[in-house]
Amino acid sequence: MTDVKMTVNGQPVLGQVEGRTLLVDFLRTDLKLTGTHVGCDTSQCGACLVHVNGAAVKACTMFAFEADGAEVTTIEGMAEPDGSLSRIQQAFQDHHGLQCGFCTPGMVMSAAALLKETPKPTEAEVRAYLEGNICRCTGYHNIIKAIMAASGQDVSAAVA
Amino acid sequence: MTGPAMIFDKPNSYIGQPTPRADAARLLAGRGRFVDDLQLPRMVHAAFYRSPYAHAKINGIDVTEARAAPGVVAVYTGAELSKHVTPYVGVLSHLAGLRSAPQHPLAVDAARWQGEPLVMVIAQTRAQAEDACELIDPDLEELPAVVDSETALDAETPVLHSEFDSNLAWERTVDVGDIDSAFAAPGVTVVERQFRFGRHTGVTLESRGTVCDYDPSEEQLTVYYSGQAPHMMQVIYSKHLGIAEENVRVISNDVGGSFGIKIHTYGDEIAAGVAAKLLNRPVKFIADRLESFMTDIHARDHVVTAKMGISEQGTIVGIDFDDLTGIGPFSMYPRTSAIECNQVLNLTGAPYAMENYRAKGRVVFQNKTLMCQYRAVGHPIAMAIADCLLEDCARSIGMDPVDVRRKNLMADDSYPRNSTSGMKLDDLSHQKALEKLTEIMDYKGLRDDQEAKRKAGVYRGIGFVSMVEVTNPSPMFYGIGGAPIASQDGATVRLDAGGALHISSSITEQGQGTNAILGQIAAGVFGVDIERVKVSTGDTKTVPYGGGTWASRGAGIGGEAMLQAAHALKEQVLEVAGVLLQTPVEALDIKNGCVVDAGTDNERMPLADLARTVYYRGNELPSDLKPELIATRHYRVSDFPFVFTNGAMAAHVEVDIETGFVKVLHFWAVEDCGRVINPMLVDEQVRGGVVQGIGGALYEECLYSPEGQLMNATMADYIVPMAAEMPEITVAHIETPTKTSVLGAKGAGEAGTGGAPAAIMNAVNDALSPLGKSIWQMPMTPERVLQVINRN
Repeated sequence: MTDVKMTVNGQPVLGQVEGRTLLVDFLRTDLKLTGTHVGCDTSQCGACLVHVNGAAVKACTMFAFEADGAEVTTIEGMAEPDGSLSRIQQAFQDHHGLQCGFCTPGMVMSAAALLKETPKPTEAEVRAYLEGNICRCTGYHNIIKAIMAASGQDVSAAVA
Repeated sequence: MTGPAMIFDKPNSYIGQPTPRADAARLLAGRGRFVDDLQLPRMVHAAFYRSPYAHAKINGIDVTEARAAPGVVAVYTGAELSKHVTPYVGVLSHLAGLRSAPQHPLAVDAARWQGEPLVMVIAQTRAQAEDACELIDPDLEELPAVVDSETALDAETPVLHSEFDSNLAWERTVDVGDIDSAFAAPGVTVVERQFRFGRHTGVTLESRGTVCDYDPSEEQLTVYYSGQAPHMMQVIYSKHLGIAEENVRVISNDVGGSFGIKIHTYGDEIAAGVAAKLLNRPVKFIADRLESFMTDIHARDHVVTAKMGISEQGTIVGIDFDDLTGIGPFSMYPRTSAIECNQVLNLTGAPYAMENYRAKGRVVFQNKTLMCQYRAVGHPIAMAIADCLLEDCARSIGMDPVDVRRKNLMADDSYPRNSTSGMKLDDLSHQKALEKLTEIMDYKGLRDDQEAKRKAGVYRGIGFVSMVEVTNPSPMFYGIGGAPIASQDGATVRLDAGGALHISSSITEQGQGTNAILGQIAAGVFGVDIERVKVSTGDTKTVPYGGGTWASRGAGIGGEAMLQAAHALKEQVLEVAGVLLQTPVEALDIKNGCVVDAGTDNERMPLADLARTVYYRGNELPSDLKPELIATRHYRVSDFPFVFTNGAMAAHVEVDIETGFVKVLHFWAVEDCGRVINPMLVDEQVRGGVVQGIGGALYEECLYSPEGQLMNATMADYIVPMAAEMPEITVAHIETPTKTSVLGAKGAGEAGTGGAPAAIMNAVNDALSPLGKSIWQMPMTPERVLQVINRN
């Protein structure tokens, strides 16, 4: 077992992990931050996407010990300080950018990473950026629309 | 129907409004409650040793080392587990002749597909349980595998179950009219094609899983279940584990996608329940993605040889086809694996008026993962047979695919009537839907573009489908055949002391927005703000008895029960209000949480005051007034076996003839699901359905080696649709409410998946038509498209 120390959603955390423990399992099982999901085990689906030191990372591709000393943000850290939904989360609710909600945390984290890099993305840029995030319920249409709306662009002209 | 006819016109009615889902905020905040999120005291974890072979005799399994491994709590072989759980057989009496062999949760004597669970290991952590699985030493004797459905019935093919004379599970024929004479008539053009529909699967992003907990002091089994039919599972755990039904509680919290995958009896989930009972502690099993691909039910896997005849004037004279489908080694319990073939026989050509119809279906056993009901059961096959042959016929006689549909689709004023195969149809709008479709897609503009692009060597195609969807099934679907599956659903509406509504329903939420529409219906019918409605679903201990959400039945059946319950509660509350306010009941109404004067909406009494009077100060009521501020209603479809919906869809594609890649440029769907309760939810349901249909048409396939090994059981190798490849999907509606209910809602969840594959296939074949080539196999992968282009 190895000691790990990291900052998760602004709070310092300590843990003991096996060498093989994935970051996603440390977050879910040890820290009980169950908003980060496991969808595929092989880094295709993006349900486990978190931010590590500000970069979008699939938490199933990283061992927990590799995040030692890192700043990690998960979906639980995305809401406003008063607990209300962030701009991106609110846009997903307003535009029905989710169905079952399983891919949703990863989609929100991915959207946040995109908008940090590209504050006003085109629809094509949003679609291309989501190549690492699979949604099995929606037609992606409203996810794209929600992200465009969250970037402050007018989506009223988009087909309802 | 009798009932509150005016509910849809009220200014504060939520029915028909694009109200955002209240429960979306929780999911967006990362506060979902999925099965794997649950951590209970003393909980242990299950992992399974699964058959590495498609077919093997189990001579013995040595689990000594596994039992001694770190963290291991218990190990059960199939033989050991079978002492505590009875096997099951997936047959239904109304599917005459269907046979299957007894299936054990863990295989006992023989393994019959790669991935079949053989041994369950319970350990303190999942990792320890998996480590112990690697120490299991099985003595398995590999047997010849029956992989190819097309040779499964050959005399030289081994028979999977020794108690049967062949690998045939079921067969059925339908013969209406005189198809041979119709095809032989002068002037009739007959086209014949062989269709191949690959196996694919649901790939719910949340894999299957369960936490089972047993409390011996109350003999109570609690099953946390990611699925669609809690009451069905209650019966199954009860029956096969020998626990009284009332002592089994099944709870579905958030379900991360289901699509028909999570509505069946899976040995690993049943075994987890047995382990919980034997160990008196919670047992968690969460399938990993490899396990999901190998053990979640697969779908489709049909080879269909089909003919359609058309007159010189473009009238369909009939359809004749033979459908062969491979279902794996058992018929799935309890819904069976014959329903899809039965649907193909029932639904093919159902939008069209024709005199002659002959269909033969055969369902065969093989050593692959079990096949069963996945979203749009049978529909993609049925729609492709009729609509792809129809466009093929139209090309043969030089007729436009829209014109040929206008000529053959049943007239919108011709209902009620039967389909040629005998299905009862009513309230459909094929012609209207087709007209609306051609308008919104600018059909003429697309054809002009197509012609211009062809001159430039760009191959674009436009394809259509006119479809029906089976929704709101009656007891004729499962109950009649002996399955423990409710066809009716219940709804309860209760007014609390603060004037809020607490509602519960036996339909379930898997992301469709079930809870949202139940809230909309109750709030709108009763007359409170939707924020004051609290919704409960998914728990057999607290909700009324009912079927759940599947077969596009939630809104139509569960929604109608909720409407009736909310209306009944409103009548009760108004009766109390009439007494308290000394006003005739007919002169009162409920709006925005207040009893008001009907007509003027003058506020007379907040609901909270009324409820507090009833609950706290009943002494103020006349002694003969005994209010029940709670109402429950149940609803089932009684006059029809199913309530059909219809739709018209079109695909615009571009085929790169150098690489074989098909790009979907745009997709349009006009859907008639009766009354639309929430257009925002319905539209994305339709789009999600279309995307799964596109997946089946272009990308998704479970590939097997000749030995029965699944070759692509990861999401790296099994391709599902992603954002970048998916087109804009335009959705429009025709609303023809069903007369079977007051609400008038039919289902919409499966339409896209049922219709899109045929539209895509037609579009690809339209694109290839200048080359004189066509493709009849799904998925239409680049390799297969190139093969047909290069075939002489």
